[in-house]
Amino acid sequence: MLDLSKFQSQGVETCFHDRHIGAQIYAGLDGKNWGLKDYVARGGYAALRKILKGEGAPEGTPLTQDQVIAEVKASGLRGRGGAGFPTGLKWSFMPRQFPGAKYLVCNSDEGEPGTCKDRDILMFNPHIVIEGMAIAAFAMGIKTGYNYIHGEIFEVYERFEAALEEARAAGFLGDNILGSDFSFQLHAFHGFGAYICGEETALLESLEGKKGQPRFKPPFPASFGLYGRPTTINNTETFAAVPWIIRNGGQPYLEIGKPNNGGTKIFSVSGDVERPGNYEIPLGTPFSKLLELAGGVRKGRTLKAVIPGGSSSPVLTAEVMMNCTMDYDSIAKAGSMLGSGAVIVMDDSRCMVKSLLRLSYFYAHESCGQCTPCREGTGWMHRVVERIANGQGKPEDIDLLNSVADNIQGRTICALGDAAAMPVRAMIKNFKHEFVHLIEHKTALVPASV
Amino acid sequence: MLSDATAARFAREVAKYPADQKQSAVMACLSIVQQEIGYVSRASEDAIAAYLGMPPIAVYEVTTFYNMYNQRKLGQFKLNVCTNLPCQLRDGQKALKHLCEKLGVEEGGTTADGLFTVQKSECLGACADSPVMLVNDRQMCSFMSNQRLDELVDVLKAHAAAEAAAAKN
Ligand SMILES: NC(=O)C1=CN([C@@H]2O[C@H](COP(=O)(O)OP(=O)(O)OC[C@H]3O[C@@H](n4cnc5c(N)ncnc54)[C@H](O)[C@@H]3O)[C@@H](O)[C@H]2O)C=CC1
Ligand SMILES: Cc1cc2nc3c(=O)[nH]c(=O)nc-3n(C[C@H](O)[C@H](O)[C@H](O)COP(=O)(O)O)c2cc1C
Ligand code: SF4
Ligand code: FES
Repeated sequence: MLDLSKFQSQGVETCFHDRHIGAQIYAGLDGKNWGLKDYVARGGYAALRKILKGEGAPEGTPLTQDQVIAEVKASGLRGRGGAGFPTGLKWSFMPRQFPGAKYLVCNSDEGEPGTCKDRDILMFNPHIVIEGMAIAAFAMGIKTGYNYIHGEIFEVYERFEAALEEARAAGFLGDNILGSDFSFQLHAFHGFGAYICGEETALLESLEGKKGQPRFKPPFPASFGLYGRPTTINNTETFAAVPWIIRNGGQPYLEIGKPNNGGTKIFSVSGDVERPGNYEIPLGTPFSKLLELAGGVRKGRTLKAVIPGGSSSPVLTAEVMMNCTMDYDSIAKAGSMLGSGAVIVMDDSRCMVKSLLRLSYFYAHESCGQCTPCREGTGWMHRVVERIANGQGKPEDIDLLNSVADNIQGRTICALGDAAAMPVRAMIKNFKHEFVHLIEHKTALVPASV
Repeated sequence: MLSDATAARFAREVAKYPADQKQSAVMACLSIVQQEIGYVSRASEDAIAAYLGMPPIAVYEVTTFYNMYNQRKLGQFKLNVCTNLPCQLRDGQKALKHLCEKLGVEEGGTTADGLFTVQKSECLGACADSPVMLVNDRQMCSFMSNQRLDELVDVLKAHAAAEAAAAKN
């Protein structure tokens, strides 16, 4: 085997630094201690023991399914995959007494530009996801689960498979877990390069061995999911948050962070900062603090703009961003989305037209082609941005872009259409003068390197 | 046409799914043949279709939908450099350019000696490590400054030379 280990990331820059605040998921990791023994030494699988054996439970008795769901509801945990849907509520949608198979799926297809948090969870703390999934499976009476892992991170897929082997051998997965009557089988699946497969119904199609084209919702996966069976899908980080909640209680989790925005969240900070990386901090932490953790703007330059929740979320200006706290509500109020927690930082040397050009190419490239507004619209927007960027734009192109975006948004099967439209509108709204300048003068206002 | 070793790897994937849902293993099987012979040939697709009991057309649909399947023979090393926005902000584009210039190929092209294919790619899910790239779908290389790119190319060339020498003996 070709040894490329010296080129591999060791996680020091992105994960093992002391610049997290109150870390739960990334706590105590060093890259070597991903295995089962070390996970148990950190208190791992205690939550599963509490549920199945009553160890550490108030009465010393095992927990019921309802108690587990109630605890997750009380924690205020919201989906970390981007939409922020309350996890406990989602779990309660699953028909509990359904005859026949039901499935649990972990969405590790992390492909939203800017996001690399799930990779570090699975690589350096895989058992926390396995434990979280086992707890979820117990709560919803599910016997089979799959973890769908982004195709490009094959080494992470192999790591997760190794962790699964360990968990099976130790009796945390399989039949009659810890001697109880609860059985749960968990397997790993890898994608092979398609951003759209992160969308939950496209993911299900892909897991069924088909091309990943999203389905109409409703029905939601809770009623029609994998192989047409009731299915719950959560993001990797969502599952990883669960063991702490069960060990320490929902209420304490809620109290970290702020009301309606409980717990810690991992932010992947990329772009023009001194120390790009993943930072786990309580929801509600000021953006300025996060920026400071990431070493501030690169080379002492001035902050210009931030895309706060992955490339699908609308860009915000420095001024607006510096007044935000990092939580679902504050970012939404400012006109964007917390999304997957990918914070893309841009300094004053960046040309926004060129930045948008790269993003619009991405959405056109990744549209699955099912809906006409998305398939045609994303390509059209890209061509218009391209001609503006090349100094061949016409004055009416700005209105044209807005109108194409309008005609995509809300008219497609899945949210990729919206994700392609919203950044366009926000770039034009916040940085219109750069587009106008390029159209009028045929050169960029910011003669940047981007 | 499947070797025993390949069939064993397929069987391991099929075992993950319900008996009537073997098709779920198609993506894994395709990636296994790609790893073994460097690309997905029509013959492999047909063999997989037969193995999984699915129509060949359903296999072709999968091969053509996903970005990472090679539908033709590429260089011995496929190098994918991420140029999406977060990486573009941290020299992803520069890394791609450096590789292309060093190897004397256009983006998407293969070197005359058949060793390298260089492609740009979308987000690899490693944005904070930029510049990042993927070698033959399975190995991620991070923080690829021009100097590290040069080193990588040397390592790959040496590996190919050693393999070629071993094959002669
Ligand atoms: N992490 C990443 O790499 C990426 C994340 N995203 C994020 O994805 C988000 C959009 O995701 P969607 O799944 O389209 O959002 P959504 O709002 O349709 O669904 C969110 C979750 O709640 C469930 N749900 C919502 N309403 C329900 C109901 N009435 N009954 C049962 N279940 C219900 C859905 O099944 C889903 O699991 C965007 O906000 C974006 O931030 C987008 C691209 C990549
Ligand atoms: C185009 C698109 C891509 C998505 N990619 C991902 C992804 O990579 N990871 C993820 O967890 N959710 C992704 N989502 C969101 C999922 O559809 C779904 O909402 C999420 O997995 C639910 O998990 P959660 O409730 O734990 O967040 C994507 C959505 C869209 C529209
Ligand atoms: S919105 Fe785009 S990506 Fe989503 S289903 Fe329609 S064509 Fe496919
Ligand atoms: S944008 Fe390059 S790896 Fe994510």
